[in-house]
Amino acid sequence: MTVRVFVPKDATALSVGADEVASALAAQAGARVEIVRTGSRGLFWLEPLVEVATPAGRVGYGPVGAADVAGLIAAGLLEGRDHPLKVGLVESHPYLKSQQRLTFARVGVVDPASVADFVAHGGYRGLERALAMSPADIVKAVTDSGLRGRGGAAFPTGIKWKTVLDQNAHQKYVTCNADEGDSGTFADRMLMEGDPLTLIEGMTIAGLAVGATQGYIYCRVEYPEAIAALKTAIAAAHAAGYLGANIRGSGKRFELGVRVGAGAYICGEETSMLESLEGKRGEVRVRPPLPAIKGLFGQPTIVNNVISLATVPVILEKGADHYKNFGVGRSLGTIPLQLAGNLKRGGLVERAFGVSLREVLETYGGGSASGRPLKAVQIGGPLGAYVPASQFDTPLDYESLAAIGAMLGHGGIVAFDDTVDMARMARYAFEFCAIESCGKCTPCRIGSTRGVNVIDNLLAGQAPEVQRRLLEELCETMIQGSLCGLGGMAPFPVQSALKHFPEEFAPRTPEPRPAGPKGKPSHVRH
Amino acid sequence: MSSVDAHERAAVESALHRFGHEPGPLLVVLHAVQDALGFIPEAAIPQIAEALNLSRAEVHGVVTFYHYFRTRPHGKRVVQVCRAEACQARGGAALEAHAQARLGVGFDETSADGAVTLEAVYCLGNCATGPSIRVDGRMHSHVTPERFDALTGPRRAQ
Repeated sequence: MTVRVFVPKDATALSVGADEVASALAAQAGARVEIVRTGSRGLFWLEPLVEVATPAGRVGYGPVGAADVAGLIAAGLLEGRDHPLKVGLVESHPYLKSQQRLTFARVGVVDPASVADFVAHGGYRGLERALAMSPADIVKAVTDSGLRGRGGAAFPTGIKWKTVLDQNAHQKYVTCNADEGDSGTFADRMLMEGDPLTLIEGMTIAGLAVGATQGYIYCRVEYPEAIAALKTAIAAAHAAGYLGANIRGSGKRFELGVRVGAGAYICGEETSMLESLEGKRGEVRVRPPLPAIKGLFGQPTIVNNVISLATVPVILEKGADHYKNFGVGRSLGTIPLQLAGNLKRGGLVERAFGVSLREVLETYGGGSASGRPLKAVQIGGPLGAYVPASQFDTPLDYESLAAIGAMLGHGGIVAFDDTVDMARMARYAFEFCAIESCGKCTPCRIGSTRGVNVIDNLLAGQAPEVQRRLLEELCETMIQGSLCGLGGMAPFPVQSALKHFPEEFAPRTPEPRPAGPKGKPSHVRH
Repeated sequence: MSSVDAHERAAVESALHRFGHEPGPLLVVLHAVQDALGFIPEAAIPQIAEALNLSRAEVHGVVTFYHYFRTRPHGKRVVQVCRAEACQARGGAALEAHAQARLGVGFDETSADGAVTLEAVYCLGNCATGPSIRVDGRMHSHVTPERFDALTGPRRAQ
């Protein structure tokens, strides 16, 4: 009898040699093993994490290098025997066991290409329920669950869906924003690579809910493994009758396509994404009209993040009440947090809202990777505020973070140790905005470039009091005057750095300027 | 503007034939052209514009809006270095400086001998194990300057 051995093909696992490990296993264990390529469990410091099916459960070994494979097999890997790399029963690992995985329940567990495996692990139960419900009842379930947009804006998903449902149109669309450009985030990627059928199921339910027959997943080009996994899973779902003209014999139709971005952070903004889906420059649209009323090709359109859509199946399967039992206040359900940057144990932690930042950084993250004290974390991507160590006891929910001038965004947490130069990070926030600005509105296009200049002048000691006042005014202008969140939020990291680390903006002696395409127009070609 | 050669023209025709009928097809077509040729020849813009009933300015505007699309061939080797915050938190800035010095080119430049193109990228989604780079499509974690040298090959003749 062959033993099932699971080796991730998640992009992070591949970046540390998972393919080489799978090849070594195939070569050395041969016919004794069936190798299943999965997503990652999100315990990235253990990747490549090889799991072996045993009567007691899946036993993990990691991080495994290709050179370790012979020794592991000799030590009894296939029977789950001891070895210095053994981490034990994976689901009993404290990092995983203490999580509340609803959206990520199958990621790292199932074969992402297999509908049969998906269904065997509870997949498509939400869709089966939805097929027996009226569109209004599906929308009501999503509304009642309290689910808010996980892309970062935290708008109630059910209300958006209701608006689309209420439109009369010959064609409506469901679009998934998979342009996960925030630094420090990888939840969308992990889900698309590890359990794409959950996203497909969620989008199919969305289609049923609002009467849309066509969906598009707009995935960033930086995620080739996710794009491949989505295409494979869509084909498998089609072949099994879960997509197409007659979903599971219901007479309902839903088609799904993957569209690939082209390296533009701004296309994570919903109207810019719609422009890009239409084959245009990703320039932000003026709202109103909302995409729910006039979206893709002028038709009513749902635009939701990957995690929002991938959470819909569990809400339909287990009920709105079950989902909203997790969380606090108006932040209901769970949030997949992404632990990134300078942490010992980076990875994915799905917990109910309200877990403290300190618990996440210390209990899960294990403190800094460098061994030095953590000085600040940036939460919610490049437009998110820096939170100093003195505020690490803040609970992670939308309202608690707003109360300290921060935001949860898409749930990315980038940790910095005490060597970080906060003025330089503030400068980078403007620089990034200048590189990625779509150029449509002046506060963002010009303000970001001016922001870089002003910080340079400030640090160079050129009339620092004037520069500091200019900087504050510039931030206000961008916040108030920009068309979308890029220019409107890029000042947040700057303001938070100024507020919490004012001494770091003192004039300094000249030093070599940071490397980078500083001063270049943003779209220079080589 | 130089003219397209027969090979380029055929690649563009094939992309238009396969994807020109899609709704809002321009990005899909441009991806197919770049997948086939490694870049989008500027001289092909009129051909694409005509086939999709767009103006040349519209096609040019889209090609130049997106960082990913190139209008010139890339080097034999393409090295992408992540410049985003999570990689900076683990020594990314030093790696950026090292990469430019080592390869002898700035970001978004190709070496004069065509051996290597260096590109800045803003997040590869590999944020727990940085600094991250991608070399010819393959991503690597925990990239120190020493590993960078090993992954990008021996120093080029200057």
